Amino acid sequence: MEPITTITSTSVPIMKDNIDTDQLIPKQFLKNILKVGYGRHLFFDWRYEKDGQPNPDFILNKPERQGAEILIAGDNFGCGSSREHAVWALKDYGFKAVIAGGFSDIFYMNSTKNGFLAITLPRDQREILAAAPADAKITVDLPNQEVRYGDHKFSFDIDPLWKHKFIEGLDDIAITMQYEDQIEAYEAKIPQF
Amino acid sequence: MSQTMFDKIWNQHVITGKEGDPQLLYVDLHLLHEVTSPQAFEGLRENHRKVRRTDKTFATMDHNVPTKDIFNIKDEISRKQIDTLAKNAKEFGVRLAGMGDEDQGIIHVIGPQLGLTQPGMVIVCGDSHTATHGAFGSIAFGIGTSEVEHVLATQTIWQTKPKTMGIHIHGQLPKGVYAKDIIMGLIAREGVSFGTGYAAEFYGDTIERMSMEERMTLSNMAIEGGAKVGTIRPDQTTFDYVAGRKYAPKNMDKAIAYWQQYYTDDESAFDRIVDFDVSDLAPFVSWGTNPGMAVPVDQPFPEIKNADDQKAYDYVGLKPGQTAPEIPIEFAFFGSCTNGRLSDLKIAASVLKGHHIAPQVTALVVPGSRTIKEEAEKQGIDKIFKDAGCDWREPGCSACLGMNPDQVPAGVHCASTSNRNFEGRQGAGSRTHLASPAMVAAAAINGHFVDIRKAGIA
Repeated sequence: MEPITTITSTSVPIMKDNIDTDQLIPKQFLKNILKVGYGRHLFFDWRYEKDGQPNPDFILNKPERQGAEILIAGDNFGCGSSREHAVWALKDYGFKAVIAGGFSDIFYMNSTKNGFLAITLPRDQREILAAAPADAKITVDLPNQEVRYGDHKFSFDIDPLWKHKFIEGLDDIAITMQYEDQIEAYEAKIPQF
Repeated sequence: MSQTMFDKIWNQHVITGKEGDPQLLYVDLHLLHEVTSPQAFEGLRENHRKVRRTDKTFATMDHNVPTKDIFNIKDEISRKQIDTLAKNAKEFGVRLAGMGDEDQGIIHVIGPQLGLTQPGMVIVCGDSHTATHGAFGSIAFGIGTSEVEHVLATQTIWQTKPKTMGIHIHGQLPKGVYAKDIIMGLIAREGVSFGTGYAAEFYGDTIERMSMEERMTLSNMAIEGGAKVGTIRPDQTTFDYVAGRKYAPKNMDKAIAYWQQYYTDDESAFDRIVDFDVSDLAPFVSWGTNPGMAVPVDQPFPEIKNADDQKAYDYVGLKPGQTAPEIPIEFAFFGSCTNGRLSDLKIAASVLKGHHIAPQVTALVVPGSRTIKEEAEKQGIDKIFKDAGCDWREPGCSACLGMNPDQVPAGVHCASTSNRNFEGRQGAGSRTHLASPAMVAAAAINGHFVDIRKAGIA
């Protein structure tokens, strides 16, 4: 996994609440057996017209919003289906972080497995970020747990273990196998009925 | 200090880590399906890893299997996923209920049906409706594909312990009102994220009187309220359900004694309690684009409070102040891990018996498993559906999420026994209205929802 420390980039605000993973990546695009290639289908139903042309009104299609690596969203982001494809699609599109009012538990766990930062900030702070002009840079500073924009500094919480994993880009399975003796010991005492 | 059932099972399964930090939990049962597993197996292969405990792993195909002419999969990519799971199961030695197998079905239906799902377990699957298995008094939750790979390799999973919420459900359910209405009513009142960060336990006299199939409907939709876990204390109803099934314990007395150690001590153990009286509950119908956007069948749709409501009304083509009976229904779906079990089909059939669905309605009946399909056919339930003009199909997830050819056309309103009414869920542009099997059956007959309590149907 690629290590993440600081992201400085323009942003895209989609301040809707309850953006579910069906919206992030509809089911017809879950049939791939790879982890890449989902970016062009991110927000598919909002992003494209019925004839397949980009919807010019949708913010992701605005020329001035291209290349943004930070998504600003509403509350309860990533609710619904457990599909990790939602995180893969956000990443494949080019996003490196999403700042929302909260995340579904499954989406959050999926983000930690993919070096994709899911940051919780209160609504008033997100509204300041969401109002940033298209060319304004926002910085997400993971070591200092801070989002900076202009003169604003907003601090965020993150579990120290996830933070360490992000910064080091660690592989979960390798970490876990350090505990193999304990796993074996546990297995030895599982009751048999 | 008193503890909840969730605390006790969790603590029992911790391999390492302290509370508040991510802890490594042992997994007793890992269920797999074709959509969220291919990348996980690929990861194992790339890193020369094996499946640690094939005896605790079970796979089936459900999400994109066709429900007719099942061996003739026209969608190339669907077929590739299905073939990939078969190949992976063989290569890694994982048990598989493959295409056409007598045990094949929706993973959350066959787990309990085969006796794989048992109280006291930690159960995971790459699917958010894994919450279903909580009905047996297990910690069961959905995981992503990276976690699937991790569990395959290590039989463990890193999780931070959530808070606990007791959901006290009490009162006598009125006639025509079902488990589906309880969970929909609860989410309509509390919102789609009230359970986020919590493991829920449903308890109370209403729950104690419920069958296992009703309890599964309740636990299944805990995730629609944000709670990825929804447990229910196992009791005699649970033990009777588990006993004698294919993978059930041989020594049930020993198993029951073990499972009973996990009971919640008392209500003070919960971090939060939600109280829900069902004695005046009405049948619920969803009008909008998340499961919380639902109203009792006899109540008007709510005013527009924000841009999300506006967007939902625009999408479904309805207006505030209208009521569920005004929704023109042209599609009905019976099935899913929420309401695709035998008792659900029986209830729908009892409403349909002697009637025909409205001419403009297309109705699909998709049993949750092959076993359920065969049992229903033995009991003549299939004939009631067919005589009513419904299409009787092979098992699978089907139109709940429309990954297979079973999709609701754009703009069409579908009365559905499934669990999610998200935009495009049942097909691009589809308009889903969640309700109980009895309500969906009545809607199929009439071409619109009816209050089954007043119509004397239920």
